Amino acid sequence: MNVLHFITSFFTDGAHWSGYDGIPTRLLEHLQYSLEALGLAALIGLPVGLVTGHYGKGGNTLTLIATAARALPTFGLLVLIVIIAGFGMLPVMIPLVVLAVPPILVTTYEAVRSVDRSPVDAARGIGMSETRILLQAELPVALPLILGGLRSAAIQIVSTATIAAYVGLGGLGRYIVDGLYQHDYEKVVGGATLVAAMALTTLGIFWALGRVAVSPGVRRAG
Amino acid sequence: MNRFFDIPSDLQHDWIGLVGLHLREALLPVLGGLLLALPIAQLCVRLRWLYPPVLWVTTVLYAIPSLAFFVVLIDYTGQTELTVMIPLTVYTLVVLVPAIVDGVRSVPQETLAAATAMGFGPVRRYVQVQLPIATPAIVAGLRVATVSSISLVSVGMLIGNQGALGNLLHDAQIYNRPELAWNSVLTTAALAVLVDALLVGVRVLLTPWMPSGSGATRTRKEATAR
Repeated sequence: MNVLHFITSFFTDGAHWSGYDGIPTRLLEHLQYSLEALGLAALIGLPVGLVTGHYGKGGNTLTLIATAARALPTFGLLVLIVIIAGFGMLPVMIPLVVLAVPPILVTTYEAVRSVDRSPVDAARGIGMSETRILLQAELPVALPLILGGLRSAAIQIVSTATIAAYVGLGGLGRYIVDGLYQHDYEKVVGGATLVAAMALTTLGIFWALGRVAVSPGVRRAG
Repeated sequence: MNRFFDIPSDLQHDWIGLVGLHLREALLPVLGGLLLALPIAQLCVRLRWLYPPVLWVTTVLYAIPSLAFFVVLIDYTGQTELTVMIPLTVYTLVVLVPAIVDGVRSVPQETLAAATAMGFGPVRRYVQVQLPIATPAIVAGLRVATVSSISLVSVGMLIGNQGALGNLLHDAQIYNRPELAWNSVLTTAALAVLVDALLVGVRVLLTPWMPSGSGATRTRKEATAR
């Protein structure tokens, strides 16, 4: 099985483990791009999704925005922004954020909107303000679904952040793009393995996050 | 603007040709993915323990960057459309399998019992009762899969002009013609929106018993919460 052979020779080659093109450096760069993009996307998607979901209005507008954002081709956007604005972090961040906002936004909206009405009415009945209802009654119940939206956004970002390498930045995509042009399949396969491993780790982190953050009662009911 | 549709001859297609090519490279994988996902999802519905590991496998496959997937496949299938379409097929599974499983599982127990009481066998019950009721959830999955497939075809440009409309991105760079990149992005986005709207229409046609207004955007999560 030559793919497995590529993987072993990539990871046992000492040259891949140090320096500016070493695995630790590229992993950290990839992690940095991914976290920045996820943070930006969450900063946009979470508040908008929470508030619209709480009032149950604007669903059609949100769906429209999400559909439009999904329709924009990530790779095309990258090349287009490089042509317009030149190289840098901007051409990478915009496509990644555009990619990650729709799942976060739509899931958060649906999660908050579909929370069972009776506890929400009870919260309103005991005199909670709208903000407290949202944060203390709806958010905890909606949290598992919201985390699910963040998780699929995170996995898409980790996998897609490889495009940064196409415009001369670092990250794990370096191995894939360099390997493509150098006809070095070992590098390509090694880079892909690292990205897949990082995505799996992301899954694991979100699973753990769900264990810690979701209240035991909600978890049992789900 | 007058050079917007003036496609360089090295792409060997005019604009309409690229659009057709793009649709073929994006939609065949979704069709293939659906044909694969239906039996896989049915297995997951039958054997509950199988569902979580299947989800993990589809997620890991989905996490493999498309470019790396293409490059590895070149060894087997060469620099062809097939090399682009195989990964796209695999990627659709991560959306389609859960959509179908959740959709089929959301069919109420009474409905199934009624079908059995009317003498429906398992196959007939699946085709005439479970699938139609799961249609909104399945179409919701198909919409996400199709739109992302249309977007991903462009990456095929990197393995030697197999990216249909994405190939315009390469020509935009080497010929210094930004309008070609605009053309690529705008046409791809327009295709995605059009096909998405078409799928909504298909759902309305397939499920005449459901309201076609704002309720049409109901997602599978909500459908299963009911």
